[in-house]
Amino acid sequence: MTELSKSGAAVGEPVKDSPAPSAFLEVRDLKVHFPTDDGLVKSVDGLSFALEKGKTLGIVGESGSGKSVTSLGIMGLHTAGQYGKRKAQISGEIWLDGTELLSADPDYVRKLRGREMAMIFQDPLSALHPYYTIGQQIVEAYRIHHKVDKKVARRRAIEMLDRVGIPQPDKRVDSYPHEFSGGMRQRAMIAMSLVNNPELLIADEPTTALDVTVQAQILDLIRDLQQEFGSAVIIITHDLGVVAELSDDILVMYGGRCIERGPAEKVFYEPRHPYTWGLLGSMPRLDREQTERLIPVKGSPPSLINIPSGCAFNPRCSYADVPKDNVTRTVRPELTEVGSQHWAACHMTHEQRERIWTEEIAPKL
Amino acid sequence: MARGTAAGPRAVLAYLIRRLFAAAVMLVVIILVVFGIFFLVPRWAGVDPATMFVGKQADPAAIEAVRQKLGLADPIFAQVWEFFKGLFVGRTYAAGGDVTNCAAPCFGYSFRNEQAIWPVLTDRFPVTLALALGAAFLWLIFGVAAGVLSALKRGSLWDRGAMIVALGGVSLPIYFTGLLSLAIFSYGLGWIDAQYVPIEESFTGWFGGMILPWVTLAFLYAAMYARITRATMLEVLGEDYIRTARAKGLTEPVVIGKHAMRSTMTPILTMLGMDLGALIGGAILTETTFSLPGLGQAVLKAISDKDLPVILGVTLITSLAVIVANLLVDLLYAVIDPRVRLS
Amino acid sequence: MSTQRTTGRRKQAAAAAAVVAALLSTAACGGGGNDDDGGSKNGAAGFNAANNKVAQASLAKKGGELKFAGAQDADSWDTTRGYYGFAWNFMRYYSRTLVTGKAEPGAKGAEVTPDLATSTAKISDDGKTYTYTLRDGVTWEDGKPITSKDVKYGIERVWAQDVLSGGPVYLKDVLDPKGEYKGPYKDKSKDKLGLKAIETPDDKTVIFKLPEANSDFEDILGLTSASPVRQDKDTKSKYGLKPFSSGPYKFQSYTPNKKLVLVRNENWKQSSDPVRKAYPDKISLTLFTNANDMDQRLINGDYDLDIGQTGLSPQGRTTALKQHKGNLDNPVSGYIRYAVFPQSVKPFDNEHCRKAVIYGADHESLQTARGGPVAGGDIGTNMLPPSVPGSEGQKYDPYEAATTNKNGNVAKAKEELKACGQPNGFKTTIAVRNNKPVEVATAESLQASLKKVGITVDIDQFDGAQTTGIIGSPENVKKKGYGIIIMGWGPDFPTVQGYGMPLWDSKYILESGNNNFALIKDKTIDGLFDDYVKELDEAKKVEISTEINHKVSEGAYYLPFVFEKFINWRSSRLANVYTTDNYSGQYDFVNLGLKK
Repeated sequence: MTELSKSGAAVGEPVKDSPAPSAFLEVRDLKVHFPTDDGLVKSVDGLSFALEKGKTLGIVGESGSGKSVTSLGIMGLHTAGQYGKRKAQISGEIWLDGTELLSADPDYVRKLRGREMAMIFQDPLSALHPYYTIGQQIVEAYRIHHKVDKKVARRRAIEMLDRVGIPQPDKRVDSYPHEFSGGMRQRAMIAMSLVNNPELLIADEPTTALDVTVQAQILDLIRDLQQEFGSAVIIITHDLGVVAELSDDILVMYGGRCIERGPAEKVFYEPRHPYTWGLLGSMPRLDREQTERLIPVKGSPPSLINIPSGCAFNPRCSYADVPKDNVTRTVRPELTEVGSQHWAACHMTHEQRERIWTEEIAPKL
Repeated sequence: MARGTAAGPRAVLAYLIRRLFAAAVMLVVIILVVFGIFFLVPRWAGVDPATMFVGKQADPAAIEAVRQKLGLADPIFAQVWEFFKGLFVGRTYAAGGDVTNCAAPCFGYSFRNEQAIWPVLTDRFPVTLALALGAAFLWLIFGVAAGVLSALKRGSLWDRGAMIVALGGVSLPIYFTGLLSLAIFSYGLGWIDAQYVPIEESFTGWFGGMILPWVTLAFLYAAMYARITRATMLEVLGEDYIRTARAKGLTEPVVIGKHAMRSTMTPILTMLGMDLGALIGGAILTETTFSLPGLGQAVLKAISDKDLPVILGVTLITSLAVIVANLLVDLLYAVIDPRVRLS
Repeated sequence: MSTQRTTGRRKQAAAAAAVVAALLSTAACGGGGNDDDGGSKNGAAGFNAANNKVAQASLAKKGGELKFAGAQDADSWDTTRGYYGFAWNFMRYYSRTLVTGKAEPGAKGAEVTPDLATSTAKISDDGKTYTYTLRDGVTWEDGKPITSKDVKYGIERVWAQDVLSGGPVYLKDVLDPKGEYKGPYKDKSKDKLGLKAIETPDDKTVIFKLPEANSDFEDILGLTSASPVRQDKDTKSKYGLKPFSSGPYKFQSYTPNKKLVLVRNENWKQSSDPVRKAYPDKISLTLFTNANDMDQRLINGDYDLDIGQTGLSPQGRTTALKQHKGNLDNPVSGYIRYAVFPQSVKPFDNEHCRKAVIYGADHESLQTARGGPVAGGDIGTNMLPPSVPGSEGQKYDPYEAATTNKNGNVAKAKEELKACGQPNGFKTTIAVRNNKPVEVATAESLQASLKKVGITVDIDQFDGAQTTGIIGSPENVKKKGYGIIIMGWGPDFPTVQGYGMPLWDSKYILESGNNNFALIKDKTIDGLFDDYVKELDEAKKVEISTEINHKVSEGAYYLPFVFEKFINWRSSRLANVYTTDNYSGQYDFVNLGLKK
């Protein structure tokens, strides 16, 4: 990486009051709102987190919880393709390696995309251009950021395909996406994302469209590559099982906000939010017998235009009436520290939650 | 759909042969239909076709002679056979001591003015082709550009304006826009002398005479193409691979101009092939409005004159043009879209 | 073929045309200059300035390109095969005949004058032998002299109807009524000059020996179908694509339905030709498919005149009458537009039923449907066109169509119905060509006025291209029950024979290609025609013509609509312009000149 200075007087160096954070990626009070004819869709509504290099963050939530919009916001793609529509509104701060992206020059951010931060999408068949070969697409991704001729870039593409485990990469490089199997396509997608050694990799539901057996292979691949490249990785999924294997930290999103976050083992073994309990309950597990019933989260995700007052989860929460004075329906709970580096937003007292978890939830899981 | 690399030249050749064979069968059917309409329909209506080719003082001998000369007395299949023979090996017309040798490809002689058909076709085809190609050039450039701009500025004043104009263009018939443009630009303001001049006489005269027909015809199609480009572009812009392209760090012009346009152009090119093919047979209104001596004009005159050989000749040429255009589109499609396999 | 299927689209097109017409007249208002009725040296000669008189004769100069425009090509440029009036007129540019019409306006133009011959014929006392001597210095386009043999061969071609169909066959009927000669292409004799009725004792003399006298024979010889054709240049069925010239111009190029260009025939000598002035150096004909476009270009001055000479189309007419009246002439075309009643279809076998239709018709609304008094013509009151000797014009009005009964006479019509035995009226069918909107309009007008007298009619629009096959077959007419046929007719040459014989003489009732639609079998009329062709005295011929007209008109076989008139365009460049009765009110093409 030569042509882009990452510090000092780089293009679009933000001038902000708040001090630059020490973490590699830090998101502060991120809000992404989409104006529509029906009202303001608050897809992300005040989200903060940080991520260090070499670490993996899992963002978990139902569809519509704002997790994908968060990733697009980081990439600066939240407004892309919105021709003629009312523009999305974004606020907060996104610090990447010492630079604030939201106030930076859009072209500076564009140059970061693909090079500094890259993305893997859910459905590799639709995410790859059907009319270009895998090779052409990887070469293009490489040559945007590297002034090399096509031959060099092609060698790089073959090397990457080899690295992600595609057999006969020198032949397959000339194949079209539709000529690949699903798993191979996702490998190719990963190869394309990693071709510039990005320091931040965002994988948005990377395994959802794949077979169960292939899922594991892809997750293994991401883990291996992360270790090899030392990148920071964000994995976005609705499937706790996926993040369980990979993540160092887990962030659970609901209604555009974070309702619980902490180290993976904490969130898994000592979850402190009823919604997280629900997610755990609805998680299929191979080590359990089929006869046991899953406990899904009842009800449906909240409207992002009219987010329920108080705790956004209250209409679906079995314990909404545990706190006194109807506080769950009137006051929005703030994230409070419930353990070391472990935060959750719930009106129930620490003790109430610990009791419910150990007595009512954990035994059923 | 086979996995692996694209089909080899042998597969393409086999495909071509198959298609050409189908085309030949199609042409034969078309000829039979035209013959049928021409000879059977008047017969059912109780009218002797021969009476259409004698003057107002038709004496019975003349009618009988015409019947003989045009072969109207022979069974239809014999006539069709003669026609095909003429196409490939030529034929000889003999009637009343008048012998005419017609060399292959013999499309026969006009029933009306005794003119050989083949020179008529070769004389008129370029006019129609020039009309179609020139107009296509214009409508592609302006239609696609307007469509893309509309898509990118969806909901803007430009978009609304352009789409209203396009709606007008699609719904106004050519004889209206054509006569209107003649009235304004040629008769009224006198900016353009919209008279056809053969290209071999004067290039500038020819070009000047073609401007209004091109623009008028292009307007009709540009409108259609703008609407379709806009719709397709909007659909493509919502595709995941466009997001991927942006995620790679591509600039917006590259995202639109390369990734989105490639997909948008596929249906456009398909349409272009069909439209060009159809125009070669169907520019009748434009040619009539602007008095362009093309195939459409010839066939219109021939239909009102019941001049079968001209109708047959033009029909054959234009059917061929449509078939070739469709074949080209299919081949082109396979080139553009790697997911398509010739089969 | 279906006869109705284009109506919807035509209506649409008509609506669009109307809108455009409105726009056109506004557009033209902005740009056009104003021409007044009064003539000026460089401008238009004035309204009707060339109608039956010569306009701006002195301004004609040698040279220039005379530009004809046309919406329809000739049926054939072969002198033997053409039957369109304008084609005969135009053929005089490249084809000469023994005699032809005088180079004078109006009725004088229809008089016969020598052309290739030194004088009109020396006619024997019995009226059966016509002798001509050819002029000195008459040549073909290659400079070879035109001989009596060339004249004979050209005339013989009329017999080859199997190859050269389409043209008039009067020569054949007069010279060889029994059809003994088989035509030059089947002629066994070496020189192919086997026709007995014509003798060519030497290269300069042509003698015609008629089996029966025909007092119009010189008029018939004035038709272009009597043109000489040189045997070695006869390309038979292809001759019309490039005829070999005997006149002042020759074919330079011709693409049917596109363009015809004539250039000077350098071997033609003015001194050998008393008729043709041959002013321009070049004559061109450009063919259009859009008649409105053509009219606009005429008005714009891009072209000099419409070769068709059948008048401007409605929208061009409106513009021209408003702004360029001085460029217009309003001649009588020689055509009568009419309805005819086939006697084979009941109840039209009864003369009273025919009269009921004539009285019931609203003549003024029929005239309006034809285009009104200026563009359509005067109300037709009898069956002899004003341009034919013997005509009395509107003075002869047996049914008072132009006066008392102008708007129909219901009482009289009902009286006639009673006399016919159909007091409550009857039902019948009108046959009308689908490609003539004006004729369809007259049919609708007739339908409306007949309804008032109790006669119900259906209108059957038939394919105009198949006119000969559909209404030219009496059997078909009877089968279809066409009690009323809408048609029109103009003289082939301006005499009662050239106009009326095919329509009214019983020997012209044919199984196919019939034109005696009324199926008139009247011994008196047949007898009058026999008298006419034998009568050599001009005054008596005129008398007989009048009598024939009276017989036909009083027989109530026809309901004439109009003595047709046209509004023709004459560009301001034209000089020495005049209409001639020889070609039914068309300009005499061959003497048109351009101003410098």
